[in-house]
This record gives sequence, structure tokens and C-alpha cells, in this order.
Amino acid sequence: MPQFKEANLEVNLDEIKHLVSERAIKGETMLLNMGPQHPSTHGVLRLLLELDGETIVNCIPDIGFLHTGIEKNMEAKSYQKAEVMTDRLDYLNTVGNNLAYCLAVEKLVDLDVPPRAQAIRVILTELQRIASHLVWLGTSALDVAAMSVFLYCFREREMILDIFELCSGQRMMTTYFRPGGLWRDVPVEFEDAVRRFIDYFPKRVDQYEALLTRNPLFLDRTMGIGKLTTEQALQYGVTGPPLRATGLAWDLRKVRPYSGYEQYDFDIPTRTEGDVYARYLVRVQEMRESLKIVRQALEKLPYGPVRSNNRKYVPPPRSEIGVDMEALIHHFKLWTEGFHAPKGAVYAAVESPRGELGVYLESDGGTKPYRVHWRTPSFDNLQVLPLLAKGHLVADLVAIIGSVDIVLGDVDR
Amino acid sequence: MEEKLQAIVQALKEKFEAQVEEFRDEVHLLLAPEHLITALTDLRDRHGFEMLVTVTAVDYWPQTKPRFHVVYQLRSFSKNLVLSLRVPVDGDEPTLPTATGLYANANWREREVWDMFGIRFEGHPDLRRILMPKDWEGHPLRKDYPLGYEEPQFTFNFDEIDLSKPRARK
Repeated sequence: MPQFKEANLEVNLDEIKHLVSERAIKGETMLLNMGPQHPSTHGVLRLLLELDGETIVNCIPDIGFLHTGIEKNMEAKSYQKAEVMTDRLDYLNTVGNNLAYCLAVEKLVDLDVPPRAQAIRVILTELQRIASHLVWLGTSALDVAAMSVFLYCFREREMILDIFELCSGQRMMTTYFRPGGLWRDVPVEFEDAVRRFIDYFPKRVDQYEALLTRNPLFLDRTMGIGKLTTEQALQYGVTGPPLRATGLAWDLRKVRPYSGYEQYDFDIPTRTEGDVYARYLVRVQEMRESLKIVRQALEKLPYGPVRSNNRKYVPPPRSEIGVDMEALIHHFKLWTEGFHAPKGAVYAAVESPRGELGVYLESDGGTKPYRVHWRTPSFDNLQVLPLLAKGHLVADLVAIIGSVDIVLGDVDR
Repeated sequence: MEEKLQAIVQALKEKFEAQVEEFRDEVHLLLAPEHLITALTDLRDRHGFEMLVTVTAVDYWPQTKPRFHVVYQLRSFSKNLVLSLRVPVDGDEPTLPTATGLYANANWREREVWDMFGIRFEGHPDLRRILMPKDWEGHPLRKDYPLGYEEPQFTFNFDEIDLSKPRARK
């Protein structure tokens, strides 16, 4: 048993000298820690702030408190088993992470997905997008002291989580999408439950908007705060709603469709201001657009299988195992050794509620991924925070962090 | 390969003697480390690749030449294209020039590659560890770094394990 040496975790000025201004070294400005235990940092984010009075001179984010080594762990598991970890990355977009991973594996081994599975994937991913935006709306409104919105948002989110529970047995960590399709078909109650939600929800969005969109207190806190231009956004790799709030209509569902998004008719909401308020408007509008997609997908939900018939990669159904020797062999092979993926590297990207979520997957021909890299949107979106925060008050920083919508599980992986 | 990409790849191939690999409609360009910055500058300014999507690395240990491939994933918004550059680097303590002057988000991405793989980026303004604690030894995503586990604490080994947790006892 090795003896761990005593760690020196104190921050000293020498290490961060190049990140703060001259005045901090002379002692004219104050260095202040915000987080990691601060309610409005949305998790365990630590910000080292250099303050001149209450104005932010420099903001130095410190991340890694939630680093779980998922990329390393996935290298030690077979392709199917590694998927369980993907839910834990961005815990507000669990089915979206599953989707990105499944798309990468399907691309790597060249696997088909039946139309019914694709449509169900789209429905659930869009519901997840609404659920994620609801958490964002609730918590970021709470950050600027609008308490009631938080309670309403979580009430509606619970309806979506109930739908997930109906399909997969889990509210959040579903692992419902599998390479080649879904774990199993949706239950009969599914369509009614989704229909109930899409009939009920539009009125609720109107209600949130009635509470916030023209609320003078909310406008004071959000308009003109944390401005970002399109050039800066591209320079910093910012994607998702913060990018669309600068005026660039860029959505991977439209420009590089996957999972059959090309069949659905929806708009990409954009604003040109690029401030906290613009990001709010874009996300609220996105909830309505997602609802449109869900409605269309549900209307023309095709019948048929939900898993690919390619037995080399997808386990056979339970009913076949008892009667078919070959199915039993495939089942045994797939759940012990796993499947061999061809040698090569692929990059699959989806539009998560936060931006471009990409999976870089490399295989050496074995049964385990040789390297999985997650290009997580929160990581790059957080990086632009010092730029957004400069010159604002500490109270505005709280609104800015809320508007960027980071999930620390997504940042630290 | 898409037609628009074909021309760009051809131009880079001739200029930098790059190797082109295609897999599942994705294009990987293998470049020598000395051409990296000129190639990235060309791609950004002349071919419209405005965004550096991600920087990552792959460890091919125990192979040493090259031991790592550093992967730069680029995206063009104006032409709707993706391209990945792969730069092979040799040895256990490799270095590469930094791309922070070209793409601002290379800052954290390169810090992550340094933290996880121990690849140094020359000229990087702030090359500190980013995900691991600052006093961490080793680079976790290297293949010669063991996965590791924590031994469960039972009555028979309670004291022995407790000794190794000075911070928890404090």
C-alpha cells in the first residue's frame, strides 16, 4: 500500500501571475474565489476572480473537480458495456449522449438502424432537449432571483422523465439507445404519454414567457450583459444556443442531418444581440421547435423492428435464443467477448442542447474502443467565460454563467 | 469524398506531402509536425475552416515511432465541411508547436492533451494541468498508465488503508 505524500493544494500567486493584471500583484485589485461550492456555479466550477471593487478585471476558471476518467474507463470495456458510462457525462442530456455514441459505433462498424428506431430516437432526444432547457431555464432564472419559474420548470420536466421511465425503466440514466437501434420497443402507453405532453406543454411555455420575457427586473439583469460576436464565438469554438444567439443559424440537425432529421420541418431560432437575453430567447424558442419535431415524428411513427438484423453486432431477441442455436451462439459471443470493430477512426457529432457534441472513436480491430474522445460543448463554451465576464459586475457573472448553460459533468468528463 | 473537400485535400497534399486516408467518408490528413502550423494557417485563412472543433491524441504505446497521433478536428461553416489533421509525434516526451495563435479554444484543448498525454505545446501561454490536480504524477490517458482502482476497506485492512488517507483524517 503506497503512502500518499501530503499534497500542496494552496494556490500561490506565482502560478497564476501570467493570468492576472499587474495591479493584482501590487495588491491594488482583489483576488477572490467563487466556487467550487457556490450555488450559482451550477456544479463544481471554481472561478478565480480578480476584482476592482465589484467589477471583474479577470476571471480564471478552474475545472476538473468532477473529472471521472470516463474516457480512460471506456477503453477498458467492450463497445456495448462502455455505453453505460456515456449517460454520466452530461447528466441533463443522457439520451443525447447515447445517441452520439451509438452513431459513432454505427458509423465505425457500418450498421443500419431501422426507421422506427430512428423516429423514436428523435422523439426522445427532442424531449430530452426540452427537459434540459427546462433545467436551464429554471436554474438560470433562479440565479437572477425568479423563484417561481424554477418550480414550474421542474414540474414539467418530471413529465418528460416519466416518459423516459416508461420506455427504459430509468428517469435519467437510460442507456435506452443501443448500437443498431434501441434496447426494446416502446410500451403501448408511450404514444399517449407523449401526446399528452405535447398538448399540455405549449401553454406552459407561454406561461414561462409571461413571467420572464417582458419582466423589467429580468430585462435589467440580462439585456446587454455578456455580449458575444459571431467571430469571437467561432474563434473560441462556441456552438449551440450561444452561437445562434449571435446571429449564425448553425444547427447540426439542419446542416448535417443524422437519424432522419431531414424529414422534419423545423426552424433554427436565431437572434443577433449575442447577450444573455438573446440566449434566453433562443432557448425558449428552441423548446417550441423541438415540440414541432416531436409532433411530426409521432404522427408518422413507422411500424417495424427497432433493432438492426445484423447479428454480428446486435444481440438477437430473447424469443429466438430458446429455439435457435445460431442465435444462442451470437448472444453468447456478443455478451462475453463483444464484437470486433474494423480498424479506423470516426468522428460523429450531434447537436446537443448545449452545442456540438462529438465523439471521436478509434478502433484497433479489437473488441474494445482503442480511444474514445468526447468533444463536449460545455468545455468550449465555458472557455469563453473570461471574455464574457470582463468588465461586468460579480452579480452579472452569475447571470452569464447561467446563460452559457454548462454542465460540469460535460466539462470535466 | 465531397467535391469541395477534394480540391482542398489535393492542394494540401501537394504542398505538405501529406498522406490522405479515407474511412467511412471521413478524410484524415497525415502531416509532419513541422508543417502543422502552416497547414492550419492555410486551412483557416484560405480554405475557410473557421473552427477548431477539438484537439485530442491517441497513444500507440509500446510503439515509439510514432508513439502518439495528435488529432485536430476542423470544421468549415461557410462550406459545411469537416476535416481531421493527424500529426504523428515520436518518443515519450514529445513537443509540438501550439495552435493558440490561430484558434483561441486551442488553449484549453492543448492543456487537456498535455494533462492527459504529456505532449508539450511549445509557445503555449498557460500550459498547466487542467483536469487532474496540479500535483498529479503521470499522464492518465497514456496506454502505459494503469487504470487503477481503490481497495475496499474491510476490518482486516482498515488501519492500513486509513493510513493512506491523510486528508480524510484531518
